[in-house]
Amino acid sequence: MRQVAIVGAGMTRFGELWGSSLREMFVEAASGTLDDAGADHLDSIYVGCMSGGQFVGQEHLGPLMADYLGMAGVPATHVESACASGGVALRMAFMEVASGMCDLALAAGVEKMTDGADVTNVLATAADQELEVYYGVTFPGLYAMIARAHMEEHGTSEEDLAWVSVKNHRHGALNEKAQFRREITLEQVMSSSMVSEPLRLLHCSPVSDGAAAALLCPLDQAKKYTDRPVEILGSGLATDSLALAQRANPADLGAVRKSADRAYHMAGLEPGDIDVAEVHDCFSISEICCLEALGFAEQGKGGSAARDGRTAIGGDIPVNTSGGLKSKGHPVGATGIAQAIEIFRQLRGEAGERQVDAARIGLTQNMGGSGASSVVHIFKGV
Amino acid sequence: MAGIVGYGAYIPRKRIKTEEIARQWGKDPEAIRRGLLLEEKSVPGFDEDTITISVAASRAALDRAGTSASDLGAVYIGSESHPYAVKPSGTVVAEALGAGPDVHIADFEFACKAGTEAMFVALGLVESGRVEYALAVGADTSQGAPNDALEFSASAGGAAFIFGDRDLLVDVVDTYNYTSDTADFWRREGEFYPRHGGRFTGEPAYFKHVLGASRGILEKTGLTASDFRYAVFHMPNGKFPLSAGKQLGFTEEQLKTGWVVPTMGNTYSGSSPTGLAAIFDEAEAGDLILLTSFGSGAGSDSFVLKATERLPEARDLAPTVRSMLDGPHEYVSYGEYAMFREKIIVND
Repeated sequence: MRQVAIVGAGMTRFGELWGSSLREMFVEAASGTLDDAGADHLDSIYVGCMSGGQFVGQEHLGPLMADYLGMAGVPATHVESACASGGVALRMAFMEVASGMCDLALAAGVEKMTDGADVTNVLATAADQELEVYYGVTFPGLYAMIARAHMEEHGTSEEDLAWVSVKNHRHGALNEKAQFRREITLEQVMSSSMVSEPLRLLHCSPVSDGAAAALLCPLDQAKKYTDRPVEILGSGLATDSLALAQRANPADLGAVRKSADRAYHMAGLEPGDIDVAEVHDCFSISEICCLEALGFAEQGKGGSAARDGRTAIGGDIPVNTSGGLKSKGHPVGATGIAQAIEIFRQLRGEAGERQVDAARIGLTQNMGGSGASSVVHIFKGV
Repeated sequence: MAGIVGYGAYIPRKRIKTEEIARQWGKDPEAIRRGLLLEEKSVPGFDEDTITISVAASRAALDRAGTSASDLGAVYIGSESHPYAVKPSGTVVAEALGAGPDVHIADFEFACKAGTEAMFVALGLVESGRVEYALAVGADTSQGAPNDALEFSASAGGAAFIFGDRDLLVDVVDTYNYTSDTADFWRREGEFYPRHGGRFTGEPAYFKHVLGASRGILEKTGLTASDFRYAVFHMPNGKFPLSAGKQLGFTEEQLKTGWVVPTMGNTYSGSSPTGLAAIFDEAEAGDLILLTSFGSGAGSDSFVLKATERLPEARDLAPTVRSMLDGPHEYVSYGEYAMFREKIIVND
């Protein structure tokens, strides 16, 4: 396998982008990436998108996006793994470049969620239709059950959950691409409307539009495009049962743990080596569970990390410096790529006010459903 | 210049509180009251619909105008809850008032701005000399799906205005229209309840058009916010009109009289017209008034109006808006509300 690096990145602002269509957002992010790297061609395109079909009635995104980017003819593939579609698209591009099948691959993610679709029901198609959705449960309900299990088993409190949102908004307020560029207080989170007990409105990531893209090439060709490539050291993908009820312990996200183990193994690194991480906080409880599964906190001890400042910028493991899904926004197919872009910026020292000092090794974790698929990448600034 | 010679309003006596609707659906009433600034809303009884509301408001307008219904050359009803899909509301209203048969009738529909549409056309016909008097009504028994945010606001009521070219209560100084194809709220043929684009109904729809029309008429007339004694904007909830007013430089003092939504709700086509009637109930000679409606789909009509010395003399000839809002009323339970709004399906 060849060593692979990210050499360019671009993304739209995240938010309710009512003036931009699915293809326009993709083109904005992808052309921004090509400009960033000074690249004029592509060998391969991967488009992560959960459900263009259900959100805006558009499938067959590979050729559509290649064409609108002015690259008709280039191999282009749509990748779907629910909310992990972006992260899995990055993995596919990484594998193709690493294998020697191509030299210049674009890994992109895009989602258009605010065009009138019934978002809750579209997202619910990522749960088990026969065992879960049929009975009326939606994702806020599933994550509420995960939260309940974590609280019951480990004594995690509603305030622990709320601190995750407070911390991520504090970070997101510094991110010009974020949907919600404002800080929120613990009191605001704790008094926001109840969505699915114990999860309140400000424990939940928003409905968003957006696109993000990254350009990958062999490390030994990276200097053609940038002086500061970021190498992908490891990639891990894992799966679990789609239905939450079929797992031994709902508060233990096994796919996250397995995907992390695989990425750490491939990179030859341990959790303690990571300087900065982007973690899939679709609900505040998921950041807590993922911290544990990634090895950043002991099993059951993730609840106090945000409250204690461990995961804030300046803490011992800064998590979601971009604002995370909660504050930056969560256009589901774009999220995994946007996470990689944040780490790309951090490892190049380009994160401005939210820069983590001396960040050298970074990690992204992106998951689908209630954790039935999880993809982890580990990066190193070169 | 033509203007308004008579006005009247009607608001049903039944009310339902925000708490009662929130309780039904397990929602937090405080969050609704704080978020939408809505306390309660009017509810039509079994025997009240757009036609009866229009008749009641129009009779009050005729009383204030001192004209005979038989002098009306046009009767225009703006509503999105006309009782018949095919057959005009206006014919029933005209006959009930004693107008016609030598009268032109039309029903208007443009979501929540059908009332000011009717006013705009009525004004134009009088100005042209085509008719001597024209009646324009905005009235609705507003529709909102159960457990939709609209259910906290969609209410019943309306206001009527008679346009003429002499003995004016209020001069029409100028008008301005602002329209685009913006699908923020709609109901397809055969569907029972309207649908809407959630937060899309805010910035790109309500605010773009309300601010566009208001700024347009201010520029056209060379007036600024401080020149006005009163301003009223379409009231889909309590918050939007206050925000629009503030962005245009209006103070709470200028907005509070026409801001009838917290206890009336959103009477759709009757919303800003009823707020205007509440202003007419108070305005003094020489006062300038800004009216800007909003209808989804989407558009806004703006009017700059100026009260004459005749307005204070005419206002006591019919019930005021505040007397109907603050006077006798009856609270209903959600069950009774569902019955009155015919949300309960029964056999014939």
